[in-house]
Amino acid sequence: MPSDAVPTKAVPTNAVPSDAVPTNAVPTDAPRPTGAAAPRRASGAALLRSELWVLFRRRRTWALLLALAAIPILIAVAIRLSSSPSPGRGPAFLDQVSQNGLFVGVTALIVAIPLFLPLTIGVVAGDTIAGEASHGTLRYLLIAPSGRVRLLVVKYIGAAAFCVAAALTVVVAGTAVGALLFPIGPVTLLSGTTIGIGEALARFLAIAGYVTISLLGLSAIGLFFSTITDVPVGAMTATISLAVAGQIVGALPQLEWLHPWIFSHYWLGFVDLLRDPISWASFGDNAVLQAGYLVVFGALAYGRFLTKDILS
Amino acid sequence: MTSAGDDDLAIETSGLTKRFGRQTAVNAIDLAVPRGSVFGFLGPNGSGKTTSIRMMLGLVAPSSGEVRVLGREVPRHLPEVLPRVGALVEGPGFYPFLSGSANLRRLDSADRGAPSATRRTRVDAALDRVGLSHAAGKKVGAYSLGMKQRLGIANALLVPRELLVLDEPTNGLDPQGTREVRHLIRVLADGGTTVFVSSHLLAEIEQMCTHAAVMSVGGLVAQGTLDELRRVGEARIRLLTPDGAGAMRVLARLGLESRAAPEPDTDYLVTASLSPSSGADAVAGAPPAGQSDGAGGLPAPETIVAALVADGVRVRGFSVQRASLEERFVALTGEGFDIAQ
Repeated sequence: MPSDAVPTKAVPTNAVPSDAVPTNAVPTDAPRPTGAAAPRRASGAALLRSELWVLFRRRRTWALLLALAAIPILIAVAIRLSSSPSPGRGPAFLDQVSQNGLFVGVTALIVAIPLFLPLTIGVVAGDTIAGEASHGTLRYLLIAPSGRVRLLVVKYIGAAAFCVAAALTVVVAGTAVGALLFPIGPVTLLSGTTIGIGEALARFLAIAGYVTISLLGLSAIGLFFSTITDVPVGAMTATISLAVAGQIVGALPQLEWLHPWIFSHYWLGFVDLLRDPISWASFGDNAVLQAGYLVVFGALAYGRFLTKDILS
Repeated sequence: MTSAGDDDLAIETSGLTKRFGRQTAVNAIDLAVPRGSVFGFLGPNGSGKTTSIRMMLGLVAPSSGEVRVLGREVPRHLPEVLPRVGALVEGPGFYPFLSGSANLRRLDSADRGAPSATRRTRVDAALDRVGLSHAAGKKVGAYSLGMKQRLGIANALLVPRELLVLDEPTNGLDPQGTREVRHLIRVLADGGTTVFVSSHLLAEIEQMCTHAAVMSVGGLVAQGTLDELRRVGEARIRLLTPDGAGAMRVLARLGLESRAAPEPDTDYLVTASLSPSSGADAVAGAPPAGQSDGAGGLPAPETIVAALVADGVRVRGFSVQRASLEERFVALTGEGFDIAQ
């Protein structure tokens, strides 16, 4: 290619006088973007608001939350229509539901956390960056400019907000349907003591918080996978597969040395919040573990996304 | 204040190269886009136009070479540069489940310099500008390709820009829409905005641009004002006369090789090349623009007519035809459907 034969540098300078183009028309009367002289460093709250607005306006998000709400409803209706199960069969607390409807939410969380909750998180977290890429909006967000780091942070916060919504959906829908179909009353804790309905509801909220935190590590993993590919389904599948694989490893006694490092290790530990006094140990261990996953996979996503060529 | 006055180039690249694996998508291009110009970026599909644009906007990191946009080096100064640049890159990209105006508000919220208070009015104004006000509340999933394209242009106009980078802006538009976009670009350019338009359609570039650059297989093969680009190509004279033989004799005396063909209305159509060399040579050498005209001592058109008349040749029609940009384009990039590798 004889590109060096083309005197490209010289062209515009000679070229301009020969043409009627007002090359110097820009400085005085040209429209100036408001932030051009001194770019305002707004907080970026607008992008976060927009992210949450888009996330919770999507039908898919509502479909996922409805599916989550269906779990406690299904459990409650099934128990209501059948004779009370004998103690020791089925998920923990199942036998208590017919006596006290408040247990429906907790029972549903035990059922949902191994597969269904990770599945919904996988969909949302795996979609974060790859979904934008597949819509062709990633390039437009970046040249807006959103800034790569800021976009990544906003996307993660969006996924975390979905974790909150998901956990709350199961607990709230469960408690509501339980109160509707069964008698409710003071709750007998695992330690044998009994607490009033108000305190029970507060503990259920704490459980929703515990479950949310449990899912933050997986969200970071999903975010990382989402920066690798432009195909959202790929990132979702990878995230969900890893959630399942983690629990399989967690079930193998031969790999016991590995168990404390698996992100799903403390997922069922929320029952410790139903002891008297509350045992916060698993809560703390879980938070530290999830924070570790957030740091590691957040850094991987950062490293990947900051240097990535956006070709979508 | 930015250095608008110090630097007359809106976009400047030097040795800009992008390799994907072993394939070189963009090969050491030195682009110079003057401020205030409407700059056509021409090239067949796959010639590296979009990759070059992605490097200008910081979406893709160059393998080597430099890019300066609005006087600042990219990607280092992207946060300062990008708010002043509006762009349409490789077609529009929107959320199908959101309405047109919701999509624009979403993308506008990603720009920290864009004030939230005026967001709605700015979105409405941009939609109005591209003629989409009636479809503002409609979901983008239900938009036609042309409507999406208009929405993409509206997105580039959400805030006043110093530079617009429009990649194939008339793609998918009907003739009416194409005219509107051309008009819009002209209005924006009159307001002082530099417009960088890529296209594989020459007629389009010819109608709206002041400058152009031609890409072929990842390399830059020519750039300059449209006149300069045309001038490098071949110019021909067309002469209508009943005195074919006499005309050829006069032209031969003036050093022009001519051909005469019988015509039904007049007697002969005499044609001759006004260029010193064939178009193919001009391509390979790519002589510096501004120096090619009149080279080789060829006579000016008025001299030719005077000589013809003086010799008693009856001139019924005379015209000088420059090679169209299309002929130049094909000469530079090759003809046919082979997508450049």
